Amino acid sequence: MTAVAAPQAAPSAPDLATRARWATIDTLTITRRNLIVWYRVPAYIFFSVVQPVIFVLLFRYVFGGAIPIQGTSYVQFLLPGIIGQTAAFASFGTAIALAQELQKGVIDRLRSMPMARSAVLAGRLVADTVRMLITILIIVAVGYLVGFRFTNGIVPAIAMIVLATVFGLAICCIAAFTGLAIGDEESVQSFGLIWLFPLTFVSSAFVPIETMPGWLQAFANNQPVTFVIGAMRSLAIGGPVTANLLKSIAWLIAIFVVFAPLAVRAYKRAA
Amino acid sequence: MAQAGAGQAILVEALTKTFGEVRALRGIDLAVPRGTVLGVLGPNGAGKTTAVRILTTLLLPDGGRAVVEGRDVVREPAAVRRVIGLSGQSAAIQEELTGKENLEIIGRLYHLSWPRARARAADLLVQFDLVDAADRQAKTYSGGMQRRLDLAASLVGQPKVLFLDEPTTGLDPRSRLGMWDVIRALAAGGTTVLLATQYLDEADELADTIVVFDHGLVIAKGTAEELKGQIGGDVLEFAVPDRGRVGDAVAAVKPLSEGEPHVDADTGMVSVGVGGRGSEALIEAVRGLDAAGVVTRGLALRRPSLDDVFLALTGHATEEDGQPGRKRRSRRQAPAPAADQNRRAS
Repeated sequence: MTAVAAPQAAPSAPDLATRARWATIDTLTITRRNLIVWYRVPAYIFFSVVQPVIFVLLFRYVFGGAIPIQGTSYVQFLLPGIIGQTAAFASFGTAIALAQELQKGVIDRLRSMPMARSAVLAGRLVADTVRMLITILIIVAVGYLVGFRFTNGIVPAIAMIVLATVFGLAICCIAAFTGLAIGDEESVQSFGLIWLFPLTFVSSAFVPIETMPGWLQAFANNQPVTFVIGAMRSLAIGGPVTANLLKSIAWLIAIFVVFAPLAVRAYKRAA
Repeated sequence: MAQAGAGQAILVEALTKTFGEVRALRGIDLAVPRGTVLGVLGPNGAGKTTAVRILTTLLLPDGGRAVVEGRDVVREPAAVRRVIGLSGQSAAIQEELTGKENLEIIGRLYHLSWPRARARAADLLVQFDLVDAADRQAKTYSGGMQRRLDLAASLVGQPKVLFLDEPTTGLDPRSRLGMWDVIRALAAGGTTVLLATQYLDEADELADTIVVFDHGLVIAKGTAEELKGQIGGDVLEFAVPDRGRVGDAVAAVKPLSEGEPHVDADTGMVSVGVGGRGSEALIEAVRGLDAAGVVTRGLALRRPSLDDVFLALTGHATEEDGQPGRKRRSRRQAPAPAADQNRRAS
């Protein structure tokens, strides 16, 4: 073995500004690491794109013919719904990656190091947001191929994509909490995000809520996915947007306020 | 009290931790002088990992005090993190990243500049014989290479105190010896090492001092030689191929035994502490077994091992599972190969 003289890790007696700077740098380091992983394993992005693409094709060409929509074509109705669902399901990657890191001891290693404690979660969420945005843009492109068009102008179109991304990020916070709290990759795979299915399907994402039985409408009409997708749809193809957008923002803030601290707590206590 | 810790890299006093019903630590005291290797020996569930997790600031204790390099793990965890390294039970590396990238990113998280992080990674890759694999994704590494990379990662920050929690679990014998060399070299370089292991030979090989954990308590401490001296004398050992005759064999040698003869149900090995009577006991055993008509294999007299110490101290072998721990996979060492010679006790 070679004896090696190496630079000493900088000891710091950090003030707030230094700590904020290091928290940012640590977050970027973790983000970079996570992005390299996706770059190396394109299958992760591939699979998060394939499922929504299949949904686009199935609903556009198989179920779509049986679902009449007032005042517009089904593909115009469908695409914002699919994008909302895609953003929500992107959180799957967050939960699984964190559970994996916990299981492999990566989180123990990072928690035993003098790095910013917030960086592991923040870097995960930043990288997941990048991945989600790429996925959303691919689905928009696929949508254009099967006849979808933004008909409400470029700014509302961008606003729709931003809303979808923020919505996905909120769900990622919930997923980060569940991934860390469950802490076992297989359980996360099987049960971690099962609640997303009723939440996205029993909403206005795929069918008009009026076609559901009354008791289900009561749920569908008052849950956040419906508000978010309603707002996205109005931004994409026109229609009244304010009420849905305000309700969406309120819900998203509530989700961040509740689940961001829960995720941080689960990270600190991760065992 | 603080003065008592001078010169100690690790000082632990009356440390306790309870998980629900399980009292994982029931008042542990440890003192590890700088530059020495402490072997923490014990079966699964003895409390080794809990102690390591408290000392590395991953877990808060319920009571007692733990100080690493003069810093209290509860009150100054950030300061503790700057002087420790941790290599846990599994390789905590990012498999999709190359060996080099893994170490560089850890270097960045220790707040080294990119050039310094690269230089440190390059040094460690040399030191751990991973240069040829540096640019390959870690998932292509063998188990031994992954563990070496993991250990290298724990050294990026040049820790004064290194915590190794079962560093050779799951490794093949050759990789295990390689890890031992690396750990020995680190200790020789002045790093204080706390080595938690359930392998007695590992503690025997590497540790200056050994503490034996069982059910959350330190039940013995000393050098390997001192511990072996505690059970005193030699051990007579043999295998009984016909499992049906094990009982007869035990009955035949029981008069020689200082304590109860120990029988390993898996291998049919019988071991008997015979004190200082050495060869005399050997002859008596041969006679006794012959008279009983029991066929044995590999009858031999040997110096006591730490296994014997552990048995004598706890009444159960190290491989035995204790309380439910947070172990993620079962880790049993393959039984030692049976003695090659075939011998009849007649």
